[in-house]
Amino acid sequence: MSSEALLSVRDLRVAFGPVEAVRGLSFDVRAREVFALVGESGAGKSLTARALLGMVPRGATTGGRVRLRGSADLAAERGRRITLVPQDALSALSPVHPVGDQLAAAVRSVRRLSRGQARARAVAALDRVGIPDAARRARAYPHEYSGGMRQRAVIAMATVNEPDVVVADEPTTALDEERREQVLRVLAEQREAVGAALVLVTHDLEVVREHADRVLVMYAGRAAEVGPSGHVLGRPRAPYTAGLLASLPQDGPRRHRLPALPGTPPAPDALGPGCAFAPRCPLATAPCRDHEPEARTVDGRLVACHHADDLSDPLREFV
Amino acid sequence: MNSPLLDVRDLVVRYGPVTAVDRLSFTLDAGETLALNGPSGCGKSSTALAVLRLRRPDGGKVRFEGRELTNLTERELRPLRPRMQPVFQDPYGSLSPRHRIRDAVAEPLKVQGTWNRTDGPARVAELLDRVGLDPSYGDRRPHELSGGQCQRAGIARALASRPQLLVLDEPVSALDASVRAGVLNLLSDLQDDLGLGYLFICHDRAVVRHFADRVVEMRDGRAVPA
Repeated sequence: MSSEALLSVRDLRVAFGPVEAVRGLSFDVRAREVFALVGESGAGKSLTARALLGMVPRGATTGGRVRLRGSADLAAERGRRITLVPQDALSALSPVHPVGDQLAAAVRSVRRLSRGQARARAVAALDRVGIPDAARRARAYPHEYSGGMRQRAVIAMATVNEPDVVVADEPTTALDEERREQVLRVLAEQREAVGAALVLVTHDLEVVREHADRVLVMYAGRAAEVGPSGHVLGRPRAPYTAGLLASLPQDGPRRHRLPALPGTPPAPDALGPGCAFAPRCPLATAPCRDHEPEARTVDGRLVACHHADDLSDPLREFV
Repeated sequence: MNSPLLDVRDLVVRYGPVTAVDRLSFTLDAGETLALNGPSGCGKSSTALAVLRLRRPDGGKVRFEGRELTNLTERELRPLRPRMQPVFQDPYGSLSPRHRIRDAVAEPLKVQGTWNRTDGPARVAELLDRVGLDPSYGDRRPHELSGGQCQRAGIARALASRPQLLVLDEPVSALDASVRAGVLNLLSDLQDDLGLGYLFICHDRAVVRHFADRVVEMRDGRAVPA
């Protein structure tokens, strides 16, 4: 597995003072794949995304290791081989510079090109993401773009230098379904065009199902389950994954009771010694409350659950 | 034949030159959920504001419990307001950060003059219990609650004045899936028990399919075939 890893993450930790928000995460991202980090608010997925880029917030300390194949210094690759599509497209663009200038500056920050050459690349990138009349639009300011065009411009910015890895942090949150599909399509096309891997951070299991090759389900700063997304979402082995899937509204008798998970995710400063999911888990037993489970391979994926072996269908426990 | 709980005819809402809602018509019965579904900017929330008369419609009629609201003055509306209550998308934004949950839930009772010191606290505790919050949460402030708990508190406040109609504007869109399911279950139970009519605004088709009896699909301020 590690031989094919493009980006390899080992025992990643992010802490604020004594409180750990990301608690020892390990995974590999392979070249050209779509790898999803999925979880609910507070699970630590955005912090993980930031840590991949060496951009954790001030005051946070990181531990563990993130390596990009063929590179000794990850921070030096930011914007070059690894780039970010941030959540909020408007605040990601400078309001006082034309969009094309911002893209050209991104190009010149990593390549020795003339202004004219950089500009041509910027226009080509805008054209590639479907900005109509890109040469003229490149001279416009972000406020002259519609919301959808801004989102595309930010994707163009993240792909203009043909990176190996694009990290997209909730790129579709707050968008309606049509715009969501549009953005995901543009992201997929650009990833394809430049041959990058995509790390897709999302809370939306439907997005994972439709777009991701592999998925890491995150809960309380750790991986509950990692594996091929068809496998993990089709036949979950971690009770948390199963509970999350069961709580999605789906076709069936109208207003049937949804199997809601009891309680709420724990605060990072209120974790006990056991499995972080145990207080909400219908399968929890004494060992679950005493020892946090280690991840192990079960049925073609990694699962961190004491009961991963005995249960062939945890989904059933919730329905 | 009973008249519908809510009867909206040819509703128009304009913002300057922009027509946000363009001759929209629908009805809603007690105990029924009607969803308004459509992309951002299609006029869903403008419809909600006009139904609640938080904004005066620029055309058309809104009848609620058989009474025409369109031309009522603020004073004439006042006795009707308790019967139609909103629940908003942002659970934190819809509660004052400085008020304890207990006071937020009691506020409608106080505003309407139905608060009294002997029964009031018990009524608030009953409302919190009704939405699945332990009454001890009454002592907390919104930032001490999770998003789902906060949304439950918002629902308790909406129920305080014994409404017949809840206008739910994206009530679960800001919630995580595991928590969203619980809030949807709660809304279902409340409707069954209290016979509430729900005008349910939601952009998520899966949620709408699960939750609504009928759907009005909106585009550019108009109803379009689903």
